[in-house]
Amino acid sequence: MSAASTAEAPAFVAKTKTGRITDFVDSRVGGSGILREFGRKVFPDHWSFMFGEVALYSFVILLLSGTFLTFWFDPSMAETRYAGSYVPLKNVEMSVAYSSSLNISFDIRGGLFMRQVHHWSALLFVASIAVHMLRVFFTGAFRKPREMNWVVGSVLLILAMAAGFTGYSLPDDLLSGNGLRIIDGVIKAIPVVGTYISFFLFGGEFPGTAVIGRLYMLHILLVPALILLMIVLHLFMVVVHKHTQYPGPGRNDGNVVGYPLGPVYAAKAGGFFFIVFGVIALMAAFFTINPIWNYGPYDPSPVSAGTQPDWYIGFVDGALRLMPGVIGDFHFEYVIFGYTLTLNVLLPALVPAGILFTVMFMYPWIERWITKDDREHHVLDRPRNAPTRTAIGAAGFVWYCVMWAAAGSDLIATHFHVSLNDVTYWLRALFFVGPIIAYIVTKRVALALQRKDREIALHGRETGRIVRLPHGEFIEVHAPLDEYKRYKLVGFESPVPLPAVPNEHGVVTRKEKRRAFLSRWFFEDRVAPATPAELEAAHGHHAPAVEAAEESKTLSH
Amino acid sequence: MGNHSDGSPNHSGTVATAGQNEVEKFQDPGLPPHRLRLADTDPKAAKRAERQVAVLFGASVVGTLIFLVAYFAIDLGAGSGANIATIRLQNALLGLGTAFAMLGIGTGIVHWAKALMPDHEVSEERHAIRTEEDRLAAVRIVDDIVEETGIKRRPLIRNTLLGAVALAPLPAIAVFGDLGPRPDNKLAHTMWAPLEGKLKRLTRDPDGTPIKASDVTLGSAFHVIPEGLNELHEGKLNEKAKAVVLLMRLDPASLKPSAGREDWSYNGIVAYSKICTHVGCPVALYEQQTHHLLCPCHQSTFDLTQECKVIFGPASRPLPQLPIAVDNEGYLVATSDFKEPVGPSYWERDEHERSVNS
Amino acid sequence: MKALSQKRRHPLAVIALLLMGLLVTGGLYAVATTVNEAKASTTSYSASDTAEGQKLFEANCATCHGMGASGTQAGPALVGVGAAAVDFQVGTGRMPMQMNGPQAYKKPAQFNETQTHQLSGYVASLGAGPAIPEEHLLDEKGNAAEGGELFRVNCAMCHNAAAAGGALTRGKFAPALADVSGKHIYEAMVSGPQNMPVFNDANVTPEGKRDIITFLKQIESNGSPGGADLGSLGPVAEGLFVWIAGLGVIIAFTIWLTSRTS
Repeated sequence: MSAASTAEAPAFVAKTKTGRITDFVDSRVGGSGILREFGRKVFPDHWSFMFGEVALYSFVILLLSGTFLTFWFDPSMAETRYAGSYVPLKNVEMSVAYSSSLNISFDIRGGLFMRQVHHWSALLFVASIAVHMLRVFFTGAFRKPREMNWVVGSVLLILAMAAGFTGYSLPDDLLSGNGLRIIDGVIKAIPVVGTYISFFLFGGEFPGTAVIGRLYMLHILLVPALILLMIVLHLFMVVVHKHTQYPGPGRNDGNVVGYPLGPVYAAKAGGFFFIVFGVIALMAAFFTINPIWNYGPYDPSPVSAGTQPDWYIGFVDGALRLMPGVIGDFHFEYVIFGYTLTLNVLLPALVPAGILFTVMFMYPWIERWITKDDREHHVLDRPRNAPTRTAIGAAGFVWYCVMWAAAGSDLIATHFHVSLNDVTYWLRALFFVGPIIAYIVTKRVALALQRKDREIALHGRETGRIVRLPHGEFIEVHAPLDEYKRYKLVGFESPVPLPAVPNEHGVVTRKEKRRAFLSRWFFEDRVAPATPAELEAAHGHHAPAVEAAEESKTLSH
Repeated sequence: MGNHSDGSPNHSGTVATAGQNEVEKFQDPGLPPHRLRLADTDPKAAKRAERQVAVLFGASVVGTLIFLVAYFAIDLGAGSGANIATIRLQNALLGLGTAFAMLGIGTGIVHWAKALMPDHEVSEERHAIRTEEDRLAAVRIVDDIVEETGIKRRPLIRNTLLGAVALAPLPAIAVFGDLGPRPDNKLAHTMWAPLEGKLKRLTRDPDGTPIKASDVTLGSAFHVIPEGLNELHEGKLNEKAKAVVLLMRLDPASLKPSAGREDWSYNGIVAYSKICTHVGCPVALYEQQTHHLLCPCHQSTFDLTQECKVIFGPASRPLPQLPIAVDNEGYLVATSDFKEPVGPSYWERDEHERSVNS
Repeated sequence: MKALSQKRRHPLAVIALLLMGLLVTGGLYAVATTVNEAKASTTSYSASDTAEGQKLFEANCATCHGMGASGTQAGPALVGVGAAAVDFQVGTGRMPMQMNGPQAYKKPAQFNETQTHQLSGYVASLGAGPAIPEEHLLDEKGNAAEGGELFRVNCAMCHNAAAAGGALTRGKFAPALADVSGKHIYEAMVSGPQNMPVFNDANVTPEGKRDIITFLKQIESNGSPGGADLGSLGPVAEGLFVWIAGLGVIIAFTIWLTSRTS
């Protein structure tokens, strides 16, 4: 193991066979240096830091199960008659792609299991990316120096959605075929070039005979290659930046506290891969996913009730559902200079997703501009200690969820026995009102939690023990915190609004005024962390209170 | 102790507006003292943890065996008479085996790490991502490189290179020109156009048998494809994607045809395109009492008694109506193609509609 | 043959052809109607059935459907709806309706089999209509694959491709078809209850209906090869499951993984 010195130590002779092989490789690739650099690298430990790993591991499982599936899947759209063993589809006319997907499900041992593993891990892949991003956002981990890694992560989210969608369409079943048809409709709504793009994608008119083969190539080659590239970039930057850590005693922007990579962290992270695989295997064992045999082959005439995309495309589908095509007498589809402009499709398909992704990509820079904060941050914010950011995030999340829920409006209607139309009306209202309510409520909750922290820091935690004082008053005994726990509650920054400052010419620009306005909005409502002086005062104030039971004290629980 | 909020602004948590003057802060007490685990002090506990880890690894071996047995003992081969229950059993066992195999290894390793490996948290210094020294060195190197290429002194080289590089990717884009044909006016027509003067019959989807007017009783809905569609050898689905029609019979009194459409129906029988004008899902849900047509994808609702006007949802345009009549054998026929392009709107749609009607 | 081709040009040939055409179509019509009538008489109702049925009807149904089933503001006329409609509506408990609403719900049947038989006999006696299907159409031994195709084209858009049900406008819905008897499925197709369209024998042949029932019963008894079917509701149920159960279990593991051992 101590073969660290490489070039100038030819005297080293390995004693065991393994040692000789290791030495052979090491002296040619310089592994010792790498091990020296990374072998004891410190990683902070927190459950919320694991979602990125869940995503990475799901991706590995996707590659493994996907490779298996490619051995039997045939992306041809040629017509055939089903001759496999699933009786309810016997002799039905279908594409080769669908027929080979059925064969994987029914005639190849383990094929159905692999299909289910592949699809469940795809859903989990995108879900864990989403949760990982939420964690990064709400803890402020995107701040300097990690802005670019936030962008890479956002690109990964989009690529994951693209991988999912191209895969969803491959079996050429009725459900995914209708999904493609919706995509075709959305593409055709694009002004000027929409019709051409549709014809180029489908190799002519919808559905044509080309699209499955093309999506297959994107799904198994281009998109995974890009994802892999982005993952490499992402992890490279994680190494450069080192991991962030939650605030607490002994943790600051200049250090990183946690377990060394070897052995503890490597064991935990490595073991976690098997755990993720195991959980996915359990889902694939006992829960059906994408039962293509139910849907039947794609045919432009039939459709099934409850036609929806996989969850990550759901918010776009929901937006399409929420948009009214006609308001009063105004038709959102109208003719302009002899050409048709289909705003009832274009607006919901592009605008919410556009806003969501633009804000997502730009948020680190937006906050940086407002706060003028150019310092490096390696200690995370507890979400309550950045109330405005947390509220913005919650508003965006609720907005997304409203659209998401809209994609299941028909199922909400049938399962809660309410009118489909009413569900849509309510969700339309929530589309506008929901984020505002979420913003206000979240901000108030965050501030309330900060106050609670302050009180606990100053007065200790409630013990639940009620004591009766000699004169008859009942009080609850509060136990003081130890200094480590207290520091966790008080060790945060509470920036004040930054007023507009003149530039080098002594002029306060319009832009600077806007920034100052936003800064006030961002930091105006704040709860300052408790200070030692306050703690002192609190003790001084309360100690005699208990002993002498001063009359000024009233029970205010 | 006592109450934790006595209400006076000086002591309650403040929502201060600005300029909190207390700059004094708590000092970081440093990492809390390390607390020993049971296994660190009690050799019995350590031994117990060791056994637990071994049991977990053993469970993994069992899982692998379950997988192999399920794979080889259950036969799905052709002629094996495997039914759905067999497939379900095999799938469950393969999954269970894999889950045991994976979770056994995973939880075993993690338990090992948690219970037996040292759990001292350590602190590592962070280093500057970029030092000023590195930056200066890099600037010097780049300056030298630029200087040695002489690109600043030779603008001709620079400009021609830029031009060449800018143009070079164009073939890579152009080469995809054959991905699809030009749309032309393919979207404007469907198979319903009479072929050599012969009107197309309305036939049942999927078997293609013709439909008599007398077959269509009040309240029924027929899913219709044009005559000859099933006999197409090429582009069958492309044609079907445009030509599918829903046929229904209403009380003739409830239809109020607009000018020019009086002869498009037959005794209350009407035919409408099944392709939604929103994004193209089949609008196939017919409510025979309310006479509403509902699209299951985005819930656009069309009112049959108002010539399929949109009454709810994201569609903006009525469903196109297919003019129908009855031939001398009593079969329903389309008297012409649709008078407008069917399906979702596209940029050239209005142009096509005008050319269809001229 | 030669004689025939010469006579084709005879001036009277057009009239003969017309007559022939009329005869053929008329004959077909006659056959079609007799087929319906023949079916109507397969389930026999005795005079006492009809009389008992009338009593039941007047006591339980006439408030809304009127005396003699002639209809009122509250309920439609039932003359000519046939025995199938009555057997379906009463047999599945939809009628008598609990209250007015967007749609009648399925509930435990209020009348026993004999009473349902008597009621349907009475209504059938008021005017010819679709009858209760014959046993051989309900034997579930048709062609499931062809039934599946018919089901996807004619039924899946409302009832869902796996017959799990779906939403209609303004509070109405198409119910799930699991646990619905073949007879009731058949009757619903021929009678078109509530907002469901009618699928008469000219639209979907009795054989086709038999295939559809075969298909439905087969997928119901098969179950899903992949394990629990999550309601066969498609991607929404799957997404919900992966977010709640999948991520839930994984979060539980991450918390265990990062917690300190005691």
